[in-house]
Amino acid sequence: MAYRPDFVERYVIDKIVFGILSPTEIRAMSRVTVITPELYAPDGTPIQGGLRDPAFGAIEGGERCPVCGNTRLECPGHFGRIDLARPVVHPGFAPKIASLLQATCRACGRVKIPPERAKYLLAILRRLRDRWPKLADNLVKEIEKEAASRMECPHCGARQYRIRFTRPYYFYEERPEGSVRLTPIEIRERLERIPDEDAELLGVNPKRARPEWMVLTVLPVPPVSVRPSIVLETAQRAEDDLTHALSEIVRINERLKKSLIQNSPESIIEQQWELLQNAVAAYIDNELPNMLQLVHKRRRPLKTLAQRLRGKEGRFRGNLSGKRVNFSARTVISPDPYISINEVGVPYEVAMTLTVPIMVTPENIEFARRLVLNGPNKWPGAVHVYKAREGIKLDLRFRQNLKQVAESLEPGDIVERHLMNGDIVLFNRQPSLHRMSILGHIVRVMPGKTFRLNLLVCPPYNADFDGDEMNLHVPRSPEAIAEARELLLVQKHILTPRYGGPIIGGRQDYVSGAYLLTVKTRVFTKEEASRLLAIAGYRGELPEPAILKPRPLWTGKQLVSLFLPEDFHFKGRAKINAGDLSCDSIECFHDSFVVVRFGKLLEGVLDKKAIGAEEPENILHMLALEYGHEKARDFLDRVFRMFIRMLELRGLSISLGDLEIPEEAKKKIKEVLDKARERVLELIEEYRKGTLEPIPGRSLEESLELKIIEVLSNARDEAGRIAISYLDPFNDVFIMAKTGARGSDVNITQMAASLGQQTVRGRRISRGFRTRTLPHFKPGDLSPEARGFVRGNFRDGLRPTEVFFHAAGGREGLVDTAVKTSQSGYMQRRLINALQDLVVTNDGTVRDAYGNIIQFRYGEDGTDPMLSYHGKPVDIDRAIEYVRSAKQASG
Amino acid sequence: MPKRPGKVSRKILQHELVPEHRLLSLEEAAEVLRRLGVKPWQLPQISVNDPVARLLKAKPGDIIEIRRRSPTAGEAIFYRIVVPQ
Repeated sequence: MAYRPDFVERYVIDKIVFGILSPTEIRAMSRVTVITPELYAPDGTPIQGGLRDPAFGAIEGGERCPVCGNTRLECPGHFGRIDLARPVVHPGFAPKIASLLQATCRACGRVKIPPERAKYLLAILRRLRDRWPKLADNLVKEIEKEAASRMECPHCGARQYRIRFTRPYYFYEERPEGSVRLTPIEIRERLERIPDEDAELLGVNPKRARPEWMVLTVLPVPPVSVRPSIVLETAQRAEDDLTHALSEIVRINERLKKSLIQNSPESIIEQQWELLQNAVAAYIDNELPNMLQLVHKRRRPLKTLAQRLRGKEGRFRGNLSGKRVNFSARTVISPDPYISINEVGVPYEVAMTLTVPIMVTPENIEFARRLVLNGPNKWPGAVHVYKAREGIKLDLRFRQNLKQVAESLEPGDIVERHLMNGDIVLFNRQPSLHRMSILGHIVRVMPGKTFRLNLLVCPPYNADFDGDEMNLHVPRSPEAIAEARELLLVQKHILTPRYGGPIIGGRQDYVSGAYLLTVKTRVFTKEEASRLLAIAGYRGELPEPAILKPRPLWTGKQLVSLFLPEDFHFKGRAKINAGDLSCDSIECFHDSFVVVRFGKLLEGVLDKKAIGAEEPENILHMLALEYGHEKARDFLDRVFRMFIRMLELRGLSISLGDLEIPEEAKKKIKEVLDKARERVLELIEEYRKGTLEPIPGRSLEESLELKIIEVLSNARDEAGRIAISYLDPFNDVFIMAKTGARGSDVNITQMAASLGQQTVRGRRISRGFRTRTLPHFKPGDLSPEARGFVRGNFRDGLRPTEVFFHAAGGREGLVDTAVKTSQSGYMQRRLINALQDLVVTNDGTVRDAYGNIIQFRYGEDGTDPMLSYHGKPVDIDRAIEYVRSAKQASG
Repeated sequence: MPKRPGKVSRKILQHELVPEHRLLSLEEAAEVLRRLGVKPWQLPQISVNDPVARLLKAKPGDIIEIRRRSPTAGEAIFYRIVVPQ
C-alpha cells in the first residue's frame, strides 16, 4: 500500500510489546486457507486456496480486493494460513523450548522448584522486571538452572530425565532404557501443561506468549505485497523466494494430510512430518546449521524470512541504518591548488543536475526569472518550477515556452535552480571513519568531469588522486543549509577532536616547498619575491630587504612573516632537528629550531613539524587555536600557495644521480657488509661446534637467529650511514627525507646502499624447499645470502635470488595490509555500535540514550580535545612566553 | 543466586590499584543524586559482592564515592550505586 498522509490516522506510539502470535490470532487474521501448492490455473488466473489467492490483497492496477474492497493503493494486503497436518517446532524458539522442557516436570508441567520458594522467587522477579530488566533476565537464567538440576518433581514427585537439545530442532529425553526423541506433539503437550505463574517464573509472559505457541500448529501466510512476483520480458512470471518456500510447505503438508487420512504406515508419516518440519524451519531461516536448505532449480538457496532481515544487505543494516539518497553526485576527484580549502570544484554537468529550491520573493524575482529563462540545459538555470497558487509542479525539461513560465512567476513560487557558486554542499569520501570524512564545501562550478579539491584537505578524507571517487550531497532546506554552514565547513575542522591538533595541513610537495622557501641559503630578488607574494594574494608594501648590497634581496622567512599576526609567538623544533642537525634552544646553528616573535619568523626552517598535517603543536595549530579558523583558513589558502610556487620556480626532481656515491664509499660499504657476513659465518660455526652462548630464555637456534639478525641489521644501518654521509645534503632526495615530505633514511639506504634483511613472519626467510630457500644454495646453508639478506640496492640492481627474497617480503606486507584493513574495519563497526549514543550533556556528564551516567565529567577533566593544546587544557610554557613578550612589548 | 561470600582481607584497600572508596551517608547520597539530576539506577553500578563494597558493609541502594587518580584531571570522583548480586 502506498503511503498516503491524508489516509493515515495519526497516533502517538506509547509502547511496543513483543509477543508470539497464538494459533487463535493467526486464524482470526487469516482470510484464506492455503490448500494447494499450485499458483495459477492454466488460463493464468490465480487458483482459489493457492498462494496467490485474490484474498491475499489487491496488487494489480484496477483490481479490487475481494476482502476489503479497496484498490491496490488502499488495500493493505491480508494474511492467509496453512493448517499444518502435524505441529512443528519454530526453530527460532527451539533454545527457549529446550530450557522450558528442562525446567519443568515431565508429568505435571510445574516448574521444578518447591512451591514456597517459587512464590518467593516470583515476587522478586516481578519487582526486578520494571527497574532492572537485565537482572531479571539473569534471575530467570538462575531459576532455569536450579529447576533443571532437580531430578524429582517437588510437586508430584515424578522421576525426571535429562532433556538433550540438538540444533536446530531436535529434542531427546535421556531415559534409563535409552534416549527417546520427543515429537513436536509431545513437546507441545508438555508446554501446554505449564501453568501461567510457572511460565512467568521462566521468563515467558503467558498473556503475550504462551509456551505452547512456540510449537506451530498453524502457519501464517503473508500477503502477496510482501512476496511480489515479477513479470519477465518473456511474459513469464517469476515468484518470490518466500512463495517458493511456502508452496514447498503446502506440498508436503497436503501429502502428509493424505497419508494421515489413508492410515499410511507410521514410518512414512514420520518421514513426511520430518520434511514438513524442515520446510517450515527453512521458511523461517534457511541458514540454520545442520539443516537441509531449500533451493531453487539452479541449486541457489532460497532467501527466506531471516535472510531478508539479517546481515549487511538485510532490512536493518541495508534499508534502515543505511539508505540510498537523491540530490547527490559521485565522480572521480582531482587536485586544484588554486581553489580555497573550503571549496569544491563541481563539473557543469553535475551542477545542472543537482538543484536547490529557492522561494521567489519580490527581491529576487528578476533573478529567478533569468534562471527560468535559461532553462534546464544552460547554467545557471532552473529545472523545476513549483507554482504556489495553482499547486502544480512544472518540469522545465519538457517545456518549450520558458518565457511564458518566467513571466508567470510570482512571489511564493518555488524555483528549483541549478547548483551555483557559493552554495554549500557536503563532500564525503568512504570509508567514513571519523567526522572529518564529511565536510561542508562551497561550490565552485567549473569545466571538466571531475570534482576538484584543494590538496590541503586530502588528509582528513585520506584522499589521493589515483582514481579515488567522492560523493557530494546538496542540503536543500534552509535548516540543513544553515546547519552545514555553521557546523560542517572545512575551516571548522582544521583541528581534530581526536587529539587536539590540526588534521588539515601540508603534505609532500608543500613540505618540501616550505623548506626550500625558508632555508637560510635562499634569497629572492624583488621580482622573485613579488611573484611569490602575488600568488598568495598579498597586496602591500614589500618589507625592508634583508640584504641591501649589491642589490636588495629578501629571505623566504621575511615573506612568510608577512602573513603571521603581529602578536604571534612560537617556538619549536623543526623536523630536521635530528641527528647532526639537532639543537635544543634558540641558539641553533643549523637553523632547525623555529622561532617566531611578534609575527616574524626569526629563525628555523618550516618543514613537516611546522606546517604539516597531523602534526600537533605546530604553527598551524597555534594559529587555528588562538586566532580562529578563519585566520587559519586564510593562512592555508595564501601561504601554502607560496610554497607550491616556490617549487615551481626552483623545480623539485630526483634522479639516479642523486643517489650516486663515490667508489670510495662503495668500497667502505662492501667492507662493512663483508665483515658482517664473516661475523655471521663465525656465529654459525660456533653454533655448529656448540660453543655459542645462548641468550637467556631462548633455545640455541633462536639465539643464533637473533644474533645473526642483529649483526646484519647493524651492518645495513652502518652501510646506510656511510652512503648518506657521501650524499650531497642539498640534493632533492635528501631534502624530502629530512623535511618529512616523502621517504626516510631507510628508503635512501635501500636505494643507495643495501636493501638489508628481508623477512617473512618476522624471521629470516627459511621457507621454500626442505632445508634451503632456493636451489641456488646448498642444503642447510644458514649464511646471510641464503636466508634473504639482500646486499644489493635499488640503484645498482639486485641479483636474481635477491629479487626473489625481496618479492617474498613484499608480498607478506601486501597480505598484511589487506587483512588488517578488514579486521580493523570490523572492530571499528563494533566500537561505533557500542558507543554511538553516548553524548556529553550540558552538565558535563557523559550519558547514554537512557540518561544513564557513563562518566561524571567528560574525559574526567571536562576538556574539549579540539580546543586543547594536544590534550592539555593549557600550555603553560606558552602562556609564560606570552606574558614575557607582552612585558617586553610594553617596554 | 548470590553465593555466600568468604572473608575479605582489609589489606586490599592498601593496594595501589584500589582507589579510595567511601560509603556516602543518606544525606550525602541524596545530595549527589540531586546535584546530578539522576535517579539511582542511572548511576554506574557496583555489586554488593564487590570485595571493597563488602568491606564497607554496603547494602543495595547505597552509593559509594570513589576517588580515582586520573591522567587528565589528577583526581576524579565517581559514584556507584550498590546493586544486589
